[in-house]
Amino acid sequence: MSKNIEAKDLNIYYGSFRAVEGVNMSIKKKTVTALIGPSGCGKSTFLRSINRMHEVIAGAYVEGKLELDGQDLYGAGMDPVIVRRQIGMVFQRPNPFPTMSIYDNVIAGMKLNNKRASRKEFDETVERSLRGANLWNEVKDRLDKPGSGLSGGQQQRLCIARAIAVQPDVLLMDEPCSALDPISTLAIEDLINELKNDYTIVIVTHNMQQAARVSDYTGFFNIEGTGKPGKLVEMDETKTIFSQPTQKATEDYVSGRFG
Amino acid sequence: MSTGTERTDTVTQGPELDLPASPDLLPKAKGTLPKGTAWGVFVASALVVGGILAATGFSIGLWVVLTVVLFAVATYVLSRVVEGARKATDRLVTVVVSAAFGVAMIPLVSVLWTVVSNGIARFDAQFFTYSMRGVVGEGGGAYHAILGTLIITGLAAAMSIPIGMLTAVYLVEYGKGRLAKAITFFVDVMTGIPSIVAGLFAYALFALIVGPGVRMGFAGAVALTVLMIPIVVRSTEEMLKIVPNELREASYALGVPKWKTILKIVIPTTAGGIATGITLAIARVIGETAPLLIAVGITTGVNLNPFDDRMATLPVFAYYSYVAPGIPREPFLDRAWTAALVLMVIVMLLNIIARIISRAFAPKTR
Repeated sequence: MSKNIEAKDLNIYYGSFRAVEGVNMSIKKKTVTALIGPSGCGKSTFLRSINRMHEVIAGAYVEGKLELDGQDLYGAGMDPVIVRRQIGMVFQRPNPFPTMSIYDNVIAGMKLNNKRASRKEFDETVERSLRGANLWNEVKDRLDKPGSGLSGGQQQRLCIARAIAVQPDVLLMDEPCSALDPISTLAIEDLINELKNDYTIVIVTHNMQQAARVSDYTGFFNIEGTGKPGKLVEMDETKTIFSQPTQKATEDYVSGRFG
Repeated sequence: MSTGTERTDTVTQGPELDLPASPDLLPKAKGTLPKGTAWGVFVASALVVGGILAATGFSIGLWVVLTVVLFAVATYVLSRVVEGARKATDRLVTVVVSAAFGVAMIPLVSVLWTVVSNGIARFDAQFFTYSMRGVVGEGGGAYHAILGTLIITGLAAAMSIPIGMLTAVYLVEYGKGRLAKAITFFVDVMTGIPSIVAGLFAYALFALIVGPGVRMGFAGAVALTVLMIPIVVRSTEEMLKIVPNELREASYALGVPKWKTILKIVIPTTAGGIATGITLAIARVIGETAPLLIAVGITTGVNLNPFDDRMATLPVFAYYSYVAPGIPREPFLDRAWTAALVLMVIVMLLNIIARIISRAFAPKTR
């Protein structure tokens, strides 16, 4: 569990439009890496390319290399479905499956991937994942109730539980708190701090205080203008990025002078 | 309990507002008409119109129409004087909309009433258990036609539901480019095909295969399939489109393959809507007469084999009982009405089933 990610000269395209250009980044295992930058700078696109989710959009493709512990994720014969089983994802808006109960939502990844397991194993997975997502105490008495009946913050934690139930190596989070209130946000941030003991976490956020609070490393993406590709401007330890960045653009952004 | 009108002392929070001395900035609302005024005006209009018509010669249609007109005018004028222009317009539009609803209900209620009142006479056990074999006058029933309708419609549904649903899945989940556009276009064209054309198509097809003069239940089922597929495609397509993309992404992100995402996430999420659409499609074709008239014909006895010879169906049974009655005519006309009533009952049952299904499958939140 938990692996390193290495991006080498990664270009990401939507059809003929180059959305992200020349990203070189290494993400160490069992750390939290935050990606910050203005809207449209390609940080979400980069995040989605890590588990090959951006391919869901027609015409999207990638040039360059993306390696998970030395294994080329875009290598010949690499099935995106297999990649996604190793790299879990949590989305901006909570999206539990509306037809399923809380219990079924958590084991959805196992069930839908034909993993055979006894009732006892499923029970254990559900409890472990929900405890892992700090949701167990709130829902343990109503596991058979629909997941969509929970509050927004609880739903997001349910989605995190669903993502960690399949025991991925990496957990990607695309602005996981932007639809939540401050208390739920705090709960998720605490959770991220615990999860990094077991997973490599990459989180996209617009909230710079959040990046400073939860992450060990921070990457700053920027874009020169509309229609231009986004680039990784700088990446370093979070406290360096927020105190003494080497690039002027980073300093301007983290101090709130633009963006 | 607060009634909403009494004043309670509340502590106002926030900064002190610098209020102007006279709070006349907002224009005061004019008076309001007391509750029940509308009903009063309506009854008054009815009485006035009734009185005038009683003097000149009474007719119920004219009475209703003139009452509504007078009611609309009186309400508008009264409200305009007391409440002002905006509220008056509001009231006028309310009257117009309600009147339009009433007009739309007239044919509906009229058809329902005519069919029920004429059909109830033979809505008995014998109608459901007897065929018309050897019946020349009274008695007999539509047992053979009811079975024929169920068999032919069932076959049509069995053929068109898989084809239609899979087409919709292709269009929403896979199709892009020219092929998908072409399919969408032809589905649209097929929606507008007159049912007689579908019947002629099925007859011509089976005449080629089996020989001219062919009549069989399966040919009718094929004709109904032609009519039903576009309806199923359209309704399923609409239902699949409203499934949020986020659910598909959530499933992909768990490493679930696309086909399984469609089968286990997308379709279950909207199963209620799809089932409703399919049931309504069945209800739509079950009353088709013209294609069955051509491709299936009519018979007086029970024929349960859809691949051999003529079969009776409810709409064709009703049609023939009406255009070619025996002597005496009355029992034939009665049976035609009852056949129509049975069709309506079947359609109503299908609608109820659709509602139950959609309620059972709908995603729950508690």
